[in-house]
Amino acid sequence: MDATALLLSRLQFAFTISFHIIFPAFSIGLAAWLAVLEAKHLRTGNAVYRTLFQFWLKIFGVAFGLGVVSGVVMAFQFGTNWSVLSNMSGPIQGPLLSYETFTAFALEAGFFGVLILGRNRVAPWFYFFSTAMVALGTTLSAFWIMVNNSWMQVPVGYVVQNGQFVPDDWTKIIFNSVVWSRFPHMLLASYLTGAFCVASSGAWYLLRDKSRVEALVMLRMGLLLAAVLMPLQLAFGHLVGDYVHDFQPAKFAAIEGRWHDEQPASEVVIALPDPAHETNTYEIKIPVLGSIIGSMSLTSKEVGLTDFPPQDRPPVLIPFATFRIMVGCGLIMLALAWLGSYLSVTHRLERSRLLLWSIFLSFPLPFIAIFTGWYTAEVGRQPWVIYGALRTDQAMTPFLTAGAALSSLILFGAIYLFIFSFGTLFIYRLLRAGPSRNAIELPYDATPNRPMSLAGGDVAAVPHLMTAGE
Amino acid sequence: MVMFWVLVLANSMLLYLLLDGFDLGVGMLFGLTRSEASRSIMLRTIAPFWDGNETWLIVAAVVLWSAFPVAYATLLSALYVPVVVMLAGLVLRGVSFEFRNEAQRRWIWDICFACGSLAASFMQGVMVGALVEGLQFTDGQYSGGAFGWMTSFAVLCGVGLCFGYALLGACWLVRKSDGKIRADARRAIPVFATAVLVFLAVVFLHALTKHLPIMHRWIDRPYLLVFQAIGCVAALVLARSILRHDDRLPFRMVTLIFVSAFGTLALSFWPYMIPFAITIDSAAAPHSSLAFMFWGAGIFVYPLMLLYAVVGYRVFRGKMGLAADHHQDSGNAHLGKIGSPRPAEWGV
Repeated sequence: MDATALLLSRLQFAFTISFHIIFPAFSIGLAAWLAVLEAKHLRTGNAVYRTLFQFWLKIFGVAFGLGVVSGVVMAFQFGTNWSVLSNMSGPIQGPLLSYETFTAFALEAGFFGVLILGRNRVAPWFYFFSTAMVALGTTLSAFWIMVNNSWMQVPVGYVVQNGQFVPDDWTKIIFNSVVWSRFPHMLLASYLTGAFCVASSGAWYLLRDKSRVEALVMLRMGLLLAAVLMPLQLAFGHLVGDYVHDFQPAKFAAIEGRWHDEQPASEVVIALPDPAHETNTYEIKIPVLGSIIGSMSLTSKEVGLTDFPPQDRPPVLIPFATFRIMVGCGLIMLALAWLGSYLSVTHRLERSRLLLWSIFLSFPLPFIAIFTGWYTAEVGRQPWVIYGALRTDQAMTPFLTAGAALSSLILFGAIYLFIFSFGTLFIYRLLRAGPSRNAIELPYDATPNRPMSLAGGDVAAVPHLMTAGE
Repeated sequence: MVMFWVLVLANSMLLYLLLDGFDLGVGMLFGLTRSEASRSIMLRTIAPFWDGNETWLIVAAVVLWSAFPVAYATLLSALYVPVVVMLAGLVLRGVSFEFRNEAQRRWIWDICFACGSLAASFMQGVMVGALVEGLQFTDGQYSGGAFGWMTSFAVLCGVGLCFGYALLGACWLVRKSDGKIRADARRAIPVFATAVLVFLAVVFLHALTKHLPIMHRWIDRPYLLVFQAIGCVAALVLARSILRHDDRLPFRMVTLIFVSAFGTLALSFWPYMIPFAITIDSAAAPHSSLAFMFWGAGIFVYPLMLLYAVVGYRVFRGKMGLAADHHQDSGNAHLGKIGSPRPAEWGV
């Protein structure tokens, strides 16, 4: 086993998965938003929903494409770089990811084509059905991924046989409190990402005096949804913290920046952890709050990192910092969502330029929160890949060379940076252009069998349409 | 139970080969075309399908992982370089579908699309070739090094598969388009068909001279000749259908040729999963894993997936790349193009 290859493989996994998560997080939320828009349009016939649908569909298309291609890489990377892991945990992780592929990817892929290209080839109800199926697919995908990752965090329902983790209780693997606090946490995070991106675009258009009607709908729907979901998200976040407290005490201690046992424990708000001296510098802490957060008690004893032998401790700085960044983003989002919703409902939002600017600039927050949340979870799990059962440094392909790992890392790095810069550029251009009202209200009877049925209509509108998306 | 998952795996791999085969093939033919009008139409014949087609690759990968974890771990780690290059190719070509509609410099994505398709096809062929020739194993663990797969035979198979996919792609274009593209594709079919035949002959000779273990299988198992016979009949019908200007038969016949080639390989590997190193039974996951998948994903969702695929192909049945379609497309920004093709470039 090659230590450099190990480091490079970890970097590669971290890089490719970080790149990947941006797009599913975005498209899970957007798919749900599209389904809502299509439903509203079908029910009310209000053209604004259709305009918004066509507009966000373009952005969804780009984001979804990036998610698909970066996801294919993930399906192979377990085998290429982590062959010991994939052999040992294949009997459990394999079936879970199979369920993801079977139930989610096939659904998404099957109906994505209809969504993007098939509006005129299918009946309106079937088109709505396709939108809903794509949304369902993205949600199911998140579910199975969370089951899979939760098993890596807290492995249950298995026995070890012939060097493999053999499942003996699937209900325990799928229906446990860890999954059912983490899956909603991730799903809400995706919906919040969608909501904030939509609201932020709305704010941008208002600031630029553009597409006022659509912008107001985006702002109102995005902010209200975020205002409702954000407190829920904090509640589920607390439940996720509970599982970490109960099942991964070393990770919990790292997140809390708690080096020694304390009773009652205080809560470190901010500090600079110093692993060399097993202490914190520049520490600000609140007495007793640590016990309240950890155990809902005023007197409980909370464990510190020094209870664990050094080789079983996670890195401290990353989980400690990322967790605080995540919570900080969440609190800012909560404030923006509540304040914005209040002003939106009382029709004063349009005049509050400062808040519009804040909402516009808030679009990176949900992404940062998702990144930092995952870093807390994954780095905090170290040095284990399957918590308590398989160490990361024993999970790698034994004969992988540093040269091979470096080449693939550079290749993926270059390609991902390349497509990411163009992808964001294209999404930015689509967003800047804004919704185009001309793209709406195509007659439903314009079937492929009558390809000329539209040519008799507003021919003059066509060239205009063509430039609308540029 | 093991048998069921072998069949699911084989079926998914075959579907991938055929479905992504034609769109990778169109991708390579795309690189050989200069006209923007042709390129747009070529893309349009595969745009609604490629994502679904590629899903079968993931299906095959996760079924391999869940039902045969050892084979998944061994195969992917041994074929590290080809897998990584194939993935890079698939990433580049995948994003090109959306990106070229949004881009001002379309040529970047045209190159990515064509080269990505080529790299992915070539590497898939190389992997099949490396497996047929046999990877080096010591005590059940791969010991061939980072480039153990790279042999002249594997490279030959890579080239061969590129021709094969291009042939499938040409037949797809004949089926789905008309006018100049159909005419060009029709002319390309005999060229690629000949190239595939030559390739098969060379592979056969190579296998004979090198005494590849797989040759013994063909001698031991004469029933494999049935597949070769089917392939030959299909090739003859293909030739006839080209002469008769039939639009639908060529794709079916090439499909048949692919199925018979796949059948020959699969049955000559039997009972090995990775030839002459890991058998199907020794690679199989524990019963509790296979059963869990069988009662949900296997008997219920898998047929549904096939159904989605059929629905997708039904919705977009018939000719897609028609000149007459242009008016309709330009009236619907979302149809055919997510972004906004400029009508002037379409040569309407």
